[in-house]
Amino acid sequence: MINPENVVYMDNNATTRVAPAVLEDMLPYLRDYYGNPSSMHRFGGQVEAAVTQARKKVADLLGAEPEEIVFTSCGTESDSTAILSALQSFPDKRHIVTTRVEHPAVKNLCENLDTLTGHKHRLTRLMVAADGTLDLQKYEEALEDDTAIVSVMWANNETGVIFPIAEMARMARTRGILFHTDAVQAVGKVPINLKEMDVDFLSVSGHKLHGPKGIGILYVRRGTPFSPFLVGGHQERGRRGGTENVASIVGLGRACELAAAHMAEENSRVKGLRDKLEQGLLATIPHSMLNGHKTDRLPNTANISFEYVEGEAILLHMDQYNICASSGSACTSGSLEPSHVLRAMGVPFTAAHGSIRFSLSIYNTEAEVDFVLEKMPPIIAGLREMSPFWKADA
Amino acid sequence: MWEYTNKVQQHFLHPKNVGEIENPDGIGEVGSLACGDALKLTFKLDDQGKIADARFKTFGCASAIASSSVLTEMIIGMTLDEAAKLTNKDIADRLGGLPKEKMHCSVMGREALEAAIANYRGLKIPMAEGEVVCECFGVTDLEIIRAIKESNLHSVEEITNFTKAGGGCGKCLDRLREILVATVHQGVDIKKIVEKPKRMTTLQKIKKIEEALEREIRPGLRKDGGDIELVDVDGDFVTVSLRGSCTSCAKSQTTLKEYVEKKLRELVLDSLIVEESK
Repeated sequence: MINPENVVYMDNNATTRVAPAVLEDMLPYLRDYYGNPSSMHRFGGQVEAAVTQARKKVADLLGAEPEEIVFTSCGTESDSTAILSALQSFPDKRHIVTTRVEHPAVKNLCENLDTLTGHKHRLTRLMVAADGTLDLQKYEEALEDDTAIVSVMWANNETGVIFPIAEMARMARTRGILFHTDAVQAVGKVPINLKEMDVDFLSVSGHKLHGPKGIGILYVRRGTPFSPFLVGGHQERGRRGGTENVASIVGLGRACELAAAHMAEENSRVKGLRDKLEQGLLATIPHSMLNGHKTDRLPNTANISFEYVEGEAILLHMDQYNICASSGSACTSGSLEPSHVLRAMGVPFTAAHGSIRFSLSIYNTEAEVDFVLEKMPPIIAGLREMSPFWKADA
Repeated sequence: MWEYTNKVQQHFLHPKNVGEIENPDGIGEVGSLACGDALKLTFKLDDQGKIADARFKTFGCASAIASSSVLTEMIIGMTLDEAAKLTNKDIADRLGGLPKEKMHCSVMGREALEAAIANYRGLKIPMAEGEVVCECFGVTDLEIIRAIKESNLHSVEEITNFTKAGGGCGKCLDRLREILVATVHQGVDIKKIVEKPKRMTTLQKIKKIEEALEREIRPGLRKDGGDIELVDVDGDFVTVSLRGSCTSCAKSQTTLKEYVEKKLRELVLDSLIVEESK
């Protein structure tokens, strides 16, 4: 196994390190307090109290009420629950509005709704501009009388580009349309106050904000019509059957508390590190470019294309220095096509093949950024020297 | 993560013979930037007609670089006749094997070698003599038959893994199946080999849709002073933009669904959904 101490981890949009305090809070519920929160005895009751406390912490981070929080198993379950629930609530509405750059959790669900539900649906998938942003006028035009739900991610996982969710949710509400946002990348990085917004459903994933894997949240605004995805016991007030994943719920509660405390740092120190990394790479490596809007973007994400070289080769060289990042290249996925997000933005294939996503967290240090800035130029130069398309004077 | 052998990692991280020989005796170039991998091989002969030096330049993933590197190492010291006998399997074996989706990297090495030898001998590349089956990656029937025989391939998917044929526009998938069935020796249950068409990639769809638009759909619209343009294809979603008199025509939505979508479903794929660019 690779010693985590030696890893320069810049792949936080894929998953994050579990905060030590989160693990500490979880352990007693794995080791000692194994009671079922639904039980009548006090041994279970004390566990229920821990779940209640965690729910409150989650609600506080989102500016929501505790009863608006439903614990799920992951972001994907939350997305499926929200979208399928809206379609069940409005059986005569069969139109969905989403974007071309959604995470597969929403994209593949929406594209397979007909098969899954046995009903015909119409899907409008909004285009993005070259910088990954949406055109709000086109969004408004896409809202129709039979639109059941809008599902638009808060921030893009590949580029970090942020969509104007508050405005988009308001426009949907005006038309009486439910609004869902997959906010797994945004929560903990951008301030969210759902009390002041018209968002009806919002998905969160625990492991994207230094919580454990296997736990998610669906926020369901009070009064929103709702049909459960997992039908079973009365857990989560009948909105999600299944015995609670207590330890993870407790961990996620702590993670949300920590996220609120670290929000300012994310937007100052982490952003500073990201900017230093990004500007350094773009300045020292010719024929490199930023993918995504420069400012409407998460503070931790930088997606950069290095032309004339291939992403998998770059990542494996970085791996030699224990630097962890991701790529939108075709080879890393095993298909012949580069990422759907970069293609939707019109990034040329030649640049998409060489795209690398760096995503930072509060655990990154300036020394790590300096290390990456030192290692990247020779990696890219070495691969370019090997590339038949690279002309040194180009 | 791919599972690469130590040998692949070695050759990827410390490639041998990177570069280009000036005034080479033979030069072979295969692949392209858009395809995601490309290889340029050059060699020089000594007095006895043996390969004295070989160099490569490669754009691509770890297995493409490793295949190129190990290839140069293998051929240095060989006569051209010996080198000409190398197969992609020899390259992959020397690397301790490649993931099956990456076998085409070893084939690219063998092709570049063949092209370089043909270039030295002043011959046409043998592959170019066959009939081109896969237009996207320029793969001929001879090349496909050879891959099927040499590597004992049993499915169209394997042909794509080894030669890339069928991995682009997909027009040739039926033809690949025919070649496969015809090539695999008698006695093999043909039904087992014939498989359902693979799902088309977006590249394949774009090409087929463009063709259908040009041949079948545009002529009809143009008669009425209209026109249509393909804006994007993503999954089953085809975004088009109506032009000319279509833009002001009250029936344009009906045209889109009843005519364009119907035609495209018939000619390309029956799950396509046509949308107007908004």
